[in-house]
Amino acid sequence: MKEPLFLPREEFPTLIARLLDQGYRVIAPTVDQGAIVYAEIQSVDSLPRGWTDEQQPGRYRLKETGNSRCFDFAVGPHSWKQFLFPPLQRISTAIKGETGWTFAVHEPEIHRYAFLGVRACELAGMRVQDRVFLERGYVDTAYEARRQASLVIAVNCAVPSANCFCTSMQTGPRCEGGYDLALTELDEGFVLEVGSAAGADVLADWDLQQASAERMAASREVSLNAARSIQKTLDTQDLRDRLMAQLEHPHWQEVGERCLSCTNCTMVCPTCFCSHVTEVSDLDQQNVERERRWDSCFHLDFSMLHGRPVRNDIRSRYRQWLTHKLATWHDQFGESGCVGCGRCITWCPVGIDLTVEVKELCRDQP
Amino acid sequence: MSQKLRLAVFKFASCDGCQLSLLNAEDELLALAEQVEIAHFAEASSLLGAGPFDIALVEGSITTAHDAERIQQVRQSAKTLITIGACATSGGIQALRNWGDHEEFLRIVYPRPEYIESLATSTPISAHVPVDFELQGCPVNTGQLVGILADVLHQRQIRVPNHSVCRTCKLQGVVCVAVARGVPCLGPITQAGCGALCPRFDRGCYGCFGPVVQANAESLTDWLVQREHQSPAVLVPLLRNFNAQAPAFQASGDRLAAGEMNRGDMP
Repeated sequence: MKEPLFLPREEFPTLIARLLDQGYRVIAPTVDQGAIVYAEIQSVDSLPRGWTDEQQPGRYRLKETGNSRCFDFAVGPHSWKQFLFPPLQRISTAIKGETGWTFAVHEPEIHRYAFLGVRACELAGMRVQDRVFLERGYVDTAYEARRQASLVIAVNCAVPSANCFCTSMQTGPRCEGGYDLALTELDEGFVLEVGSAAGADVLADWDLQQASAERMAASREVSLNAARSIQKTLDTQDLRDRLMAQLEHPHWQEVGERCLSCTNCTMVCPTCFCSHVTEVSDLDQQNVERERRWDSCFHLDFSMLHGRPVRNDIRSRYRQWLTHKLATWHDQFGESGCVGCGRCITWCPVGIDLTVEVKELCRDQP
Repeated sequence: MSQKLRLAVFKFASCDGCQLSLLNAEDELLALAEQVEIAHFAEASSLLGAGPFDIALVEGSITTAHDAERIQQVRQSAKTLITIGACATSGGIQALRNWGDHEEFLRIVYPRPEYIESLATSTPISAHVPVDFELQGCPVNTGQLVGILADVLHQRQIRVPNHSVCRTCKLQGVVCVAVARGVPCLGPITQAGCGALCPRFDRGCYGCFGPVVQANAESLTDWLVQREHQSPAVLVPLLRNFNAQAPAFQASGDRLAAGEMNRGDMP
C-alpha cells in the first residue's frame, strides 16, 4: 500500500466532496438527540466538531471541548451494525390470488455507503459479524452485498471514554487493517493511511503530500496516549474456562436482580446478531409479509420452546448473554464476541458493567 | 362455509379510547366486518345483539357493584374474553382511588353523593372473572388489536410481542433519554406497542402500556433514586398513573411512597 499521506485540515471537505462525487452516501458521526450518532451527512460541518462525550456506567453526556477537532469522542449509542444488518428487513411476501399463492423474495436495497469515523473496536465488530454472517457456510447475502458496497474510513481514537476497554480485548485503540482509509486527527490536519484499492480510488489524482516522519510519530502518539488513558480492564486470560466453571455462582442471582432484561445492551452491541423472523398477515390472510427484526436473548420469548421459555428468569438470561459473549462465542466462532467498546455499560439503564460482573463471577464461591 | 364468529365489545369504567382504537382501524374494519359479525358494539351501532358471543372485547374496570355483576354475565356469554386497555387490564387511572378515601372523594366532587353508588376500589377484569388475553395500552395499539382478532379468527395462539419499549427505541435509532439526558423513563420495564412515542419526542416513558412481562421495576427505581437522585415525588406519580395497580408498578410505587429502598449498598 501507499505511504501514509497528510491531509491538511482545510482540505478535509474535499474528502467528503470526493466521496459524494463518487456516488457514496456518507454516514458519519453527528450530534443529534443529545448524543453523537451515525447519520448521513453532506459536509464536514455536520461532524461533531468541538464536541466530546463523557461516559459512565448508565450515563452519557455531551460536552463541549473548546477545540475545533472533529473526532475527540468515543463511540456512542449507534453502531455501524444498523447499516450493515438493519434492525428491520423485509424478506419475502406471499400473496393469495385466484390461482393460489404467489411468493416473492424481497430484494434488499443496497446503498453504497462510506462509513466515516469507524473506530478500531468497530472494525473488530465488523469482523466479528463477518464471521457470523459470511464465513461459516451460511452466507447472509444481503449482509454480504451491503458489506461489499461499503467503504470504511477509520479514525484512530484520541479520546476514549471511561467505559472503553479495547486494550483488554486487543481490538484497539489503533486501527490495524480492515479499513479502506484511516485517519488520525492532528491539530493541523489528518494523517491519512490507505488500506485498500477502493480507498486509493477515492484519492486518485489528488495531490496530497506524504506524511512527514514527525506527523507519523504524532499519529502514533495519539494512539499511545489513547491506550494509556484507558482505565477499564477485562482479564481475558482463560476467560472462557473461568466463566464456564462458574455457571452456578451465586453472583448470577445478584446481577439478575439488578438487570432489567430490557435488551439495551444487545441492541447497542456491535456484534450481537440475533434476529427474529416472523410473518405478518392482514386480517383475511391474503397478504403475508415475512420480516426479520433484531431480537435479543434478554427477550423472554427468545427462548420459547414448545410453549414455554427455557430461560424463564432474568438470571438465566443474563448468564446466557454474558457466557455467550465472552465464553461460548469462542466455541462457536473461534474468538470472543466482545470488542471492548463499552456500549453495553454506558447504555444499560442501571449501569451494569460486565467487566465488574466478570470479576465477581470469577471469584471463588463463598 | 362456517358461520361467522360473533364479536361483542363491552364497556365498563373507561374513557372509550380503546373501543375507538377498533373504530380507528379504518383500513381493516371492512375486512373485519366480512370476517365476523359485529353483534354488540354500542359505540358503533345501536343494534345490540344478545349472546352467546365467540369473542368479547372488554374495555374498562370494575367500579360499581352493578358492573361486578355484569362482568359475570359477559364472561358467561363469551367463549373468548379479551380485555383491552389499561383500565380493563390493571384498573386504569381510576384505580388511584384505591390509595385515597373513596367517601371523601364522593363528598368533595358531588353535590348529592347519596346518588352515587360506586365501589371504593377500581379493579381489573381479571380480579372478577377468568380472562383469556389481556391487551395492554392506554389506549391499545390498533395494529395489535387487529392482530389479536386475526389470531382468534384463524385459531392461532393469541400473542403480542412482549418486548420492552427500549427495544422499540433502539430499532428506530432513538437515543436513550434516560442515559443521555437523565430523564426518568419507564421504558425498560414497560410493554412495547406505543412505537416509543414519548422518547421519540424527548420525553421519558410513563408506562401507559403497563409493565412488560417480568418487569424489574425495583431495580430501575433503586437506580433512579440512588444514582440519578430522582425523588419519590417524581417517581411515585410516574409509576402511579394509568397502570398504577399493575402489580409490578404498584409494588415499586408503594415501596417508594413508604420510603423503603432496598440495597442501599448498590455497587
